Amino acid sequence: MGMTFAEKVLAKASGNESVVPGQVVTVRPDHLLTHDNTAPIIKKVENELLKYGVCDPELPIIVLDHVSPAANEKAAAQHKSVREFVKSQGIRHFYDVGMGICHQLVMEEGLAGPGKLIVGSDSHSCTYGAIGAFSTGIDRTEAACLLLTGETWLRVPHSIKITLSGRLRPPVAAKDLMLAIIRELGADGANYCSVEFHGGIDALTMDDRIAMCNMAVEMGAKNAAFPVDEIAVEYMNVNRATGEPLWADADAKYVAEYSFDLDSLVPLVAIPHRVDNVRPAAELGDITIHQAFLGTCTNGRLSDLHEAARILKGRSISPDCRLLTVPASKKVLDEALADGTIAALSAAGSLILPSGCGPCMGAHQGVLAPGEACISTANRNFRGRMGCVEADIYLASPATVAASAIHGRITDPREEYRA
Amino acid sequence: MRVWKYGDDINTDLLFPGKYTYTCATPDEIRPHLLEDLDPEFAGGVREGDIIMAGKNFGCGSSREQPVVGLRAVGIQAVVAGSFSRIFYRAAINQGLLLVECSEAVYAYREGDKVEIDAREGVITVGESSYRFPGLPDEMLAIRDAGGLLNYTLQKLERERGMA
Repeated sequence: MGMTFAEKVLAKASGNESVVPGQVVTVRPDHLLTHDNTAPIIKKVENELLKYGVCDPELPIIVLDHVSPAANEKAAAQHKSVREFVKSQGIRHFYDVGMGICHQLVMEEGLAGPGKLIVGSDSHSCTYGAIGAFSTGIDRTEAACLLLTGETWLRVPHSIKITLSGRLRPPVAAKDLMLAIIRELGADGANYCSVEFHGGIDALTMDDRIAMCNMAVEMGAKNAAFPVDEIAVEYMNVNRATGEPLWADADAKYVAEYSFDLDSLVPLVAIPHRVDNVRPAAELGDITIHQAFLGTCTNGRLSDLHEAARILKGRSISPDCRLLTVPASKKVLDEALADGTIAALSAAGSLILPSGCGPCMGAHQGVLAPGEACISTANRNFRGRMGCVEADIYLASPATVAASAIHGRITDPREEYRA
Repeated sequence: MRVWKYGDDINTDLLFPGKYTYTCATPDEIRPHLLEDLDPEFAGGVREGDIIMAGKNFGCGSSREQPVVGLRAVGIQAVVAGSFSRIFYRAAINQGLLLVECSEAVYAYREGDKVEIDAREGVITVGESSYRFPGLPDEMLAIRDAGGLLNYTLQKLERERGMA
């Protein structure tokens, strides 16, 4: 019988000829991603690290991005301890504050590649399926043990097949497509499953695929992946990524199959407080927005900034609304500076914040006040997510966020395209 | 024993707000913020041996082990839910927190019912009725029996390299 993508990668990684869903396999991941939580992770195994050291200095990828730059003394002390750890263990894949968001950097730096197995102590570690890697989230304690042993267990997941057809009609974006998929499957619709994207994927850019794999965890997926095509190979050449492409056999077995037509999509918004509570932007009525947030590991890439700038260029955001722009990495920031995108966003009234996670999980920079609403390009609109339990978070594409910032209310970006 | 009952899709931000993630790691730091945005009475009222019951997809959202560490520290006997999110499930095994996946038991529970859990046999009794729940695979039992993943790993390392 044929194998799915997940079965192929996990068979290879565990030294088996074949594996079946439900089987527990022991694997040695190619990389382990950690971020600001590296400090508590190394603290768990302080003595053992002194005794045995990190099992392989090439294994960890460490990025200081979540509270970056440090917002208080405690965060600063944690960053400092991580820097000391990195030096003492000779860890090469280290990115200090301001270099960018971990998932963006793993992709940009070519650390994720086809057929690779990457685990991370962050739920959005499923992002790297965009380039045909099997990547998934784990917890801090597991990350600590991995530093010592390089080994962990994974249960071989069942797989879900999603077939795509047609083309997105701008300003409809990959974010809208993923919100449509999550609406259809539900917040736990892919729980424990591997999600494979099939069909007309050449209609999607690498940035589109990254945004989609990033959000797969919002429907419970263990991982999500695209096959490696010419678009992915071109990206690999630019980022010097390596790997061996693996993909599902034609007769692989799936627990569920879905189809989505990109032509028929409209701009969508996830309304509070659930990611699967998705409605067309045009049907939401008059919803006042106090803050708009452009960035995060979902939608902080150059193409996202371009899309927002296209709508905001020569316009001004509402005097009653704040717009925060956070480029996903220093590289994105530099490119957006060079091509005038940052100038256009700033001229329209946006604050430009340092590359990092920013306001996404409410630790600092752009925390909301009670009674406020934010429209965000992030991946979660959970109650309290942006630091205030009495605030509302709406999720949308960069175009919808930009259009909404102009009017201070949720706006279908097609209105601005027509204007 | 008290049962704290909640709904579907209880995410990790509700169990332990993200804003504290990079400043709270120890049980003492975590405890006052447990379930802060879901149930303000929980942190002050929870007692050793209490049970949490919830609907499907418990623990969805961020990779965040503070809720698991915190629930263990306050003595939560088990979380009984229709289903669990996978990172939360792994974290629970790694910290030795008992998770019971049994939607029938959750549906059956009425306020005041006595709930008893036999983890070894995989049986949960709610009031007068009993329900079975799946036991853990051997690999995960070994981690639990060692007192969590950290102990399990350190014992293994000691065996493998300690002699060298």
